[in-house]
Amino acid sequence: MGRKLLTEHINVEGIDTLEVYRKHGGYRSVEKAIKTMTPDEVVEEVKKSGLRGRGGAGFPTGMKWSFLAKPDGVPRYLVCNADESEPGTFKDRQLMSKLPHLLIEGMITSSYALGANTSYIYIRGELLYVLRILEKAIAEAYAAGFLGKNILGSGYDLDLHVHPGGGAYICGEETALLESLEGKRGNPRNKPPFPAVQGLYARPTVVNNVESIAAVPVIVNEGGDEYAKIGVGRSTGTKLISACGHLNKPGIYEIELGLPVEEFIYSDEYCGGIWKGRDLKAVVAGGSSVPILPKELILKTAAGENRLMTYESLSDGGFVTGTMLGSGGFIAMDETTCIVRNTWNFSRFYHHESCGQCSPCREGTGWMEKVLHRLEHGHGHMEDIDLLVSVAKQIEGNTICPLGEAAAWPVAAAVRHFRHEFEWHVTHAKEAAQPGAVYRAGAVLA
Amino acid sequence: MAKITFDGIEVEVPDGTTILNAARQIGGSIVPPAMCYYTPLKGSGGKCRACLVRVAAGSAKDPRPMPKLVASCVTPVQDGMVVENTTNPQVLDVRKGIVEMLLINHPLDCPVCDQAGECDLQNFAFEHGVSTTRYQEERRTFEKIDIGPLIQLHMTRCILCYRCVYTADQIAKGDRIHGVLGRGDAAEIGTYIENIIDNDFSGNVIDVCPVGALTDKTFRFKSRVWFTKPVNAHRDCPKCSGNVVLWYKGNDVLRTTARKDQYGEVKEWICNECRFEKKETSDWTIEGPAHIDRSSVISANHYELPVLNQSVVADLPESTQRDLQKNPPLKLGS
Repeated sequence: MGRKLLTEHINVEGIDTLEVYRKHGGYRSVEKAIKTMTPDEVVEEVKKSGLRGRGGAGFPTGMKWSFLAKPDGVPRYLVCNADESEPGTFKDRQLMSKLPHLLIEGMITSSYALGANTSYIYIRGELLYVLRILEKAIAEAYAAGFLGKNILGSGYDLDLHVHPGGGAYICGEETALLESLEGKRGNPRNKPPFPAVQGLYARPTVVNNVESIAAVPVIVNEGGDEYAKIGVGRSTGTKLISACGHLNKPGIYEIELGLPVEEFIYSDEYCGGIWKGRDLKAVVAGGSSVPILPKELILKTAAGENRLMTYESLSDGGFVTGTMLGSGGFIAMDETTCIVRNTWNFSRFYHHESCGQCSPCREGTGWMEKVLHRLEHGHGHMEDIDLLVSVAKQIEGNTICPLGEAAAWPVAAAVRHFRHEFEWHVTHAKEAAQPGAVYRAGAVLA
Repeated sequence: MAKITFDGIEVEVPDGTTILNAARQIGGSIVPPAMCYYTPLKGSGGKCRACLVRVAAGSAKDPRPMPKLVASCVTPVQDGMVVENTTNPQVLDVRKGIVEMLLINHPLDCPVCDQAGECDLQNFAFEHGVSTTRYQEERRTFEKIDIGPLIQLHMTRCILCYRCVYTADQIAKGDRIHGVLGRGDAAEIGTYIENIIDNDFSGNVIDVCPVGALTDKTFRFKSRVWFTKPVNAHRDCPKCSGNVVLWYKGNDVLRTTARKDQYGEVKEWICNECRFEKKETSDWTIEGPAHIDRSSVISANHYELPVLNQSVVADLPESTQRDLQKNPPLKLGS
């Protein structure tokens, strides 16, 4: 069993109250940072830890912090991105609802490191009950003197606000999030300028995922070097994986990065294998937007090495034979899953969630959905398969924000690895259009 | 000042200039097309992706290429930047894709559209697109909304460039009652609660619209634009500059618009009184024929310059030669 840095006390009774949380070592990092460290020292520890953004892109958090512009007399902001809405990803919700003080502690320590006096948690609109938990915890933190004016007598002030979004996936994109937080329509901004220079209210801003911020107290308490010892290579520390799909034990697991994928799926300590004794067909390893991989490529890389749960190992082979760790939304599909239907379903999501600002994504996501709908319902042609690849390619890389890529990658990857299923949907249109119909290995395509 | 190389041509521009505006300083056929960017409107651009270019070298300090194509209208230049537009096949390919995306839900009702002949989307598609479509699904439609007696909204033709939104914000200050509602391909220009877009400068949304989504109701179905003749005129207007273009058919003024530059951008905003109410020649002081680009269909009926084939006709007047050099004839089928 790997070490649990974030979720060690998650099941302790009453851990969502400040009292119990304090008993289990809570807010130690705030005391340590504010009383004994300078802000730059905190940033240095986070840099040393090698912590990488847990929201999907995997950008080193310490480096992101050091990019923050610090002009004199201008306020800067820390914004926590709690707009978790990627299909398959549900780690932050659990973390926030069970351990609200961990996030608040991380926010205080991180804000101190960045020199922010006002910080925001932008939470997904659907998670209203979590918002209430957080607000209660924030009130406790204010009462205990961890928030507000002159924290712990240090002269450092911090106000923390929770702001609910309206439930749009696009507001998880950092600049759309900032627009939404400012009270505008959640359209992503053109970059440059980047948020580190002109973010919230045109001030320097850092936007971090919930899990990244929750890892900061651990790093400050134990030291960056100690944290960096966990993991493999440049993938350090632990990661929350929200496993779902056809698994015996779906749920949220905190793993040490470097765990073999095979062990994660099949060991009883984690997901416990595929349900109903069936065979694994495919895995989407990091939330719906990362490329899907068939069983043989998710367990072993193209070179035949064991695939590990790390940023590097999962992306080994690029998009031809690899995928991404992404946000840790691990979706396993058994042999009864129709890949075409699944891709259509993903595509429908991105069509619905595109903000409509730039043309390739606005028009392309809808187009892909319609073509996939046609294929799935037995009205497709062979040309449609190449059309899908072509449309995906026209979207990818040509949009304002990464939603375009998020929509294009799953489609392109599904065709890349499961082309035979798409072809079967054309050649066996009537059969494929039946509810629950699925391509079986060895089916004749002609 | 920053020196950049655009399609092999060096140009020096002030710091902070966008790549597109640097290219416009060079001029000619290397200028990337722009469907949403509009110089007079702050914050516009970056949306249509028609102007995507490749940055082969980021700057003199950091000569690495940029990983993705960038929108030239919103990306500022850096000293030593090397940009590829027409010289890069990938850029042209992507642009073809953008045309396709913009057209899949466009009604292609040019034969009955008042914008035809001066439509940016027509020009863009003609220059960069392909003549067939791979889209076989039903095109998107919207419920019609009435935004008043002066401006006609055809949402099906809209490409969501946001120009009219910025115009209402910045030109008709604080009086915006329309905006973009909804999301994705269901996003539309609307007033939410049915309302009339009416203030002294609201008519300018017609001029900024790159397609036929916002057209002049007083000109509706009166004539194809290429049968009308543009004449520069002015009047003493207390609200605006009063510098306009009158579009004549015979002796009748069918339409009044603001004057535009070669990139279709309004030079001076005009008020609704000039645009919609003053339709008599006696209201105006006529200055003379307005310049129309010779490649425009509006020039097709020999209005300003005869359509000449340079290689056949010798002894062209000097002014025509100059004009031809500035705007070489379009090669059909190229």
